Formats: sequence, C-alpha cells, structure tokens
Amino acid sequence: MASTPDPVVGVFALQGDVREHVRVLGQCGVIARPVRRPTEIDSIDALVIPGGESTTMTKLAEEFGVFEPIVKRIAGGMPVYGSCAGMIMLATEILDGRPDQRGLAGIDMTVRRNAFGRQVESFEGPVTITGIEGGPFHAVFIRAPWVERTGPGVEVLGRVRARSAPGEVAGQSGPGEVADAAPESGAGRIVAVRQGYLLATAFHPELTGDLRVHRYFVEMVRKAMGKQTTEG
Amino acid sequence: MSEQPVSSESSERGRAAGASAPGGSATGLTGTARVKRGMAEMLKGGVIMDVVTPEQAKIAEGAGAVAVMALERVPADIRVQGGVARMSDPDMIDGIINAVSIPVMAKARIGHFVEAQVLQAIGVDYVDESEVLTPADEAHHIDKWAFTVPFVCGATNLGEALRRISEGAAMIRSKGEAGTGNVVEATRHMRQISADIRRLSGLDPVELHAAAKELQAPYDLVREVAEAGKLPVVLFTAGGVATPADAAMMMQLGAEGIFVGSGVFKSGDPARRAAAIVKATTFFDDPDVIARVSRGLGEAMVGINISELPQSQRLADRGW
Repeated sequence: MASTPDPVVGVFALQGDVREHVRVLGQCGVIARPVRRPTEIDSIDALVIPGGESTTMTKLAEEFGVFEPIVKRIAGGMPVYGSCAGMIMLATEILDGRPDQRGLAGIDMTVRRNAFGRQVESFEGPVTITGIEGGPFHAVFIRAPWVERTGPGVEVLGRVRARSAPGEVAGQSGPGEVADAAPESGAGRIVAVRQGYLLATAFHPELTGDLRVHRYFVEMVRKAMGKQTTEG
Repeated sequence: MSEQPVSSESSERGRAAGASAPGGSATGLTGTARVKRGMAEMLKGGVIMDVVTPEQAKIAEGAGAVAVMALERVPADIRVQGGVARMSDPDMIDGIINAVSIPVMAKARIGHFVEAQVLQAIGVDYVDESEVLTPADEAHHIDKWAFTVPFVCGATNLGEALRRISEGAAMIRSKGEAGTGNVVEATRHMRQISADIRRLSGLDPVELHAAAKELQAPYDLVREVAEAGKLPVVLFTAGGVATPADAAMMMQLGAEGIFVGSGVFKSGDPARRAAAIVKATTFFDDPDVIARVSRGLGEAMVGINISELPQSQRLADRGW
C-alpha cells in the first residue's frame, strides 16, 4: 500500500456543503478538490456527493453535462460516497422527489426524500455503524432521507428507530425521540448503506468533526486503487 | 407539525449544543444550534427565491432554487402599496409548502415572536426575521434560541451580524435594499462585513476586547470570528439582485449563496431568469458561463436609484 499515491477525491461542487467535505477529507490523508465539470470528473480517483438540495444538484448536473460522466465512472468501479442529498442521488429509485428527478443509479435501493420530516424535525443523535469502531457515531440528520428498500447486493450499515413515516400510524415515540438501533436488528430506519465501492449515509458526518465515516470511505478508495494497480 | 412551538427546554438545548464538539450520547435532539446552522450549510451555493403563489414556487423549484421564501407581496410591491407589511396568511404558506419538495422559508416582522411561533407551528423550514416587513418592536429582536425552527436575519455590518447570532440567528444575509433591483446596498453590506472580518483577523488577542466594544457584539463571538476568519454561520446576500451577473458578483464578494426577491418574478421571463441566476451562482467564477446564461433573458425588473429613495422608505435602516 505504501507505494500507492495519495488518492484524489473530488467533492461534487454544484451546490451544498462542499467546503466541509473538502476539509474533512484533507484531514484523512487524501487530496480533496471540488469538481464541477466533465473533464474534472475524469481526473479523480473517487467522488463525494455532499449534502445540499438534490433537485438542484441533479438539474445542474444534467445541464452542465456531468451526470452521464459520473454514471459512467460508477459503472467503471469508481468509489463514491454520498451524504444526505448524495445518498438520494446514488439511489436507483427516489420517492417524494420531483417527477423528473432521477438518481445516478449507483446503489440498488429506494430512498425517500425528507423522510424524517421538515426542518423542525431535523435532529442529532447516536447511530451504531457496522465496520466503524469506537462506539456509536454522533449523527446529524437535516431534512434527511431514509432507505425504504435495499437490493440483494446492498449491506445495511446503520439504522435509527424513528417516528412513523408520513401516512403510517404514529408509533410510540414523540417528536425528536429517535434512538439508535443495531444495524443487524432489522428494526428502525436504514440510514447507512454500502454496495461494493459505493457508500451512502442519510446524515452529515462532515458537520461533526468525527472523521470515522470519511476514514472508512478513504479505506474503500485505497482498496479500490490497490485492486486496480494489481490487476493491471 | 411541532407540538411545542416554544419552550425553555428547547432554548437550553439550543444553547447547550452550541457549534462545538459532538454532543455526547443524548438521543435524537431537535432544534440544536448544529441542526439549525447545518440546515443553512446545505443551502450553500444555492439561490432562494421569493414566491407569492404555488405556481411561482413550482417555477422556482423547476429552475433549481434550493428553497423558496413564501410571502404575500414581494418587496417591490410592498414599496409601491405601502401600509403595514405583516406575516403572510398561513393558508397561503401551506399552499406553497404543499406545492414543492424543497425547503420553504417565510418572513416574520422584526421582534414579532408570535408571528414566528405561528410560522414554526405550520412547519416552515426557516424563519426570516425581516426588515422588509414593518418592525413590531423598536427595541428587541426575537429571542431566536427559544425556537426549534432556525432563523435567518439581515445585517449591514459585522457588529449587527454578531448581535443577531448572539440572539440565536443560524444564518445571516446582507440586507441590501430590498425591492429596488439595485445591488449597490448589498455590495456595500457584503464589503463591510468582509472588511470588518479581515480587520479582526489582524488584531492582537488583547485588542479584541476593544473591538467587541466597538462592534457592540459579544466578545466570545468576536474572538471566534477573529480566529476562524469567517462568521460562525452561513452568510448569504439579499437585496436588489436582479441579474445573473449580480448574483455572481455577490458570490465573488464572499456570499455563500443568494436570496432573490423581486428580481425573478418582476422580470419579463421569470422561469428563464430564475434558471440563469441559479447557474451563475454555481459558476460565479466562470465569466463564460455567466455570459452564456445572461443572453436573451428579456426585461429585467425596473430598478430604483437608492439616492432617490426618501429615508423613510429605506428598509436597510430597520433593525439595529
């Protein structure tokens, strides 16, 4: 591994909290830079799609010709991590989106936008994440999505117990009472997933100063690069 | 949507969480400073548009707006029609909330904490305590820590911005001079805030106490700005933006995003202009893109020269 150069990780910079991801990635020993153009997508080893407004990002991605290049790089095995809006963009199916909104179809999952509710219901709390040591991750959820369906190749890494979904019968917990749930328990809403070299969280690790999720992603990136090197 | 519009408990939570280290093992806290400020972080690089109908809200969303500001009259009309400008009818705001999937903001009068309680109760995502409406209190702004919903407030300089932040504002925007289609005041406010921050960064730590006194702002916030070289919350520009070039200029002057009030729906082709302003905000440092999106937009809103505005009609002087 020592001979592998530092990965170049692009942060998708059409809109959203780009600077936070660039800063955190910089602390994880990679070269991080904002990317907005098709040519810039070609020159990176991995991509992070930040938090922001998924409808805005999708629209701009299509109009400035970066949507298809990313789809192509994902198909070619480029590691991608999406937080919040980034999770939505990585999905194969999006619920409560705009009618014309499509995902990058990276992870075989159905994601519901703003599933936890409006901003007054945004919250922070602990989430246990499979594969991340050191205790529960303090996660910040902002008008966050959750995952309603995962395909066979998708590993569920984290869940939270939450109030009922819109349209469901209300559960026992009141406003703001959202608790950590063991990822393997099958109970609670799915908020962190992985499929191959693609990672997505409904929350924003870039806002907390805890580097563990980004470090986990950087490890994925290094493994992907190592594999490419050994293969050819 | 929220069962407890205001409580001292949420106030304590907001203060306790601050913007500092991860908050331990507490479970599922709403209305913390991090959640409120974080919401504004997600709007960065985006455009927030004033809309008065669900149809306009859909046009804004379709153009790529990151949020809409629901109000009954855009600032340009408030100027023409005069009278007391108040919070919008909840039915009107509900109509817009139901029409779009992006965040919806709404305005409360300066100091009118009950208007803010109402906006929180109906599920608005951000409250703008705005000088565009007629102030309801000449001495006190709203105690924004007492709310679960986050607030954005206007400022003309750093001291004013820090006073709002110390009252709990989770996002700051320049005031500009709303409803004029003239960015000269927004330019002045953005340059002033940036210059004030630069000046602090050059000061010796012991000089920060005098600076805090001069700025009429809390010392802790002054020190935080001096160390970070930026505000502790997101800074947008508002007031007079009418063209893609206006938006890009504000971004180059250090804005992290743009509010467009009357500039979109008082123009000849709102859908095109809205989309063009969104693109120019993302590619604010690329004149080729700005040139391309500026072509063939039709009539911009008719502007007003600030020097022709009588003092009584200058909205930026409201608040302190």
